[in-house]
Amino acid sequence: MSWNSWEEFWDMGGYAFFVWGSYSVVFAGVALELWLAVRQRSAVLALLRRNREHAQAGDPT
Amino acid sequence: MFWLQYAAPQRLYGLAGRIYPLAFALAALLTAVGLYLGFWVAPADFQQGQAYRIIFVHVPASWMSMLIYVAMAFWAWLGLSFKTRVSGMMTQALAPTGALCCFLSLWTGALWGKPMWGAWWVWDARLTSELILLFLYLGYIALTRAIDDPRRADRAGAVVALVGVVNVPIIYFSVQWWNTLHQGASVSLTKSPSMAAVMLWAMLVMTLAFWAYAVGMAFYRVRQTILEREQDAAWVGELKEIAP
Repeated sequence: MSWNSWEEFWDMGGYAFFVWGSYSVVFAGVALELWLAVRQRSAVLALLRRNREHAQAGDPT
Repeated sequence: MFWLQYAAPQRLYGLAGRIYPLAFALAALLTAVGLYLGFWVAPADFQQGQAYRIIFVHVPASWMSMLIYVAMAFWAWLGLSFKTRVSGMMTQALAPTGALCCFLSLWTGALWGKPMWGAWWVWDARLTSELILLFLYLGYIALTRAIDDPRRADRAGAVVALVGVVNVPIIYFSVQWWNTLHQGASVSLTKSPSMAAVMLWAMLVMTLAFWAYAVGMAFYRVRQTILEREQDAAWVGELKEIAP
């Protein structure tokens, strides 16, 4: 165990800005990429669904 | 060979759909273990105090930024040599995650450089070649998105991926070839690692976590590329996910 208290943990020996500035951007970047990928999937599926309905309705577009 | 059947987009779609949940679950598990080791088990560094804990994301992001580019070059080479349809799709699916890892490597490096070197950025060989890698990723993404015909986009992208891959050994060996401010490798194949075992383990576990994440992300993303390109194929119309 390296920490005596939560304050000490969050302080990171005075390097809190650098350590948490790194980890927060890593997690934000990963979250953003996941969100964009999920959004892209629903957009593609919606497009395919629309195309299929058009095709079934005999619409040439 | 059995794996060649996955060169068919339909088979890859199904396979990717089975792999990505496992890869994401593995990434989450490894991240939990790696951060536990890195923040609770590993002691402070005798020189860098607590600031060194950036290593547990900085090194994995840097390694993955290089490894993903090599993987892209491999798929690009496969695509140019054998005209396999899924190669270009895999190359494109990997690129955004590679670009993200590259950006995170530079970002976390800047936040580590400031307290240790006194500078966010220096034009040192390691940092500059990693920045060039980011531009290669962004160039690849911009180029392949700008070309409408998928086959031409794949071919043009493959050339960028293959030409750009010469930068990867330059990044890796930059700390040996030039006198850089960036420190030398802490882990190498030829000599024993110059760091405490628990720090090393935390770093390796986090590297595996990043790797699993990249695998999951690439397989998740490739499915959408397959759907877009194969949208007129009968099997796509029969998928339950697009049933009304």
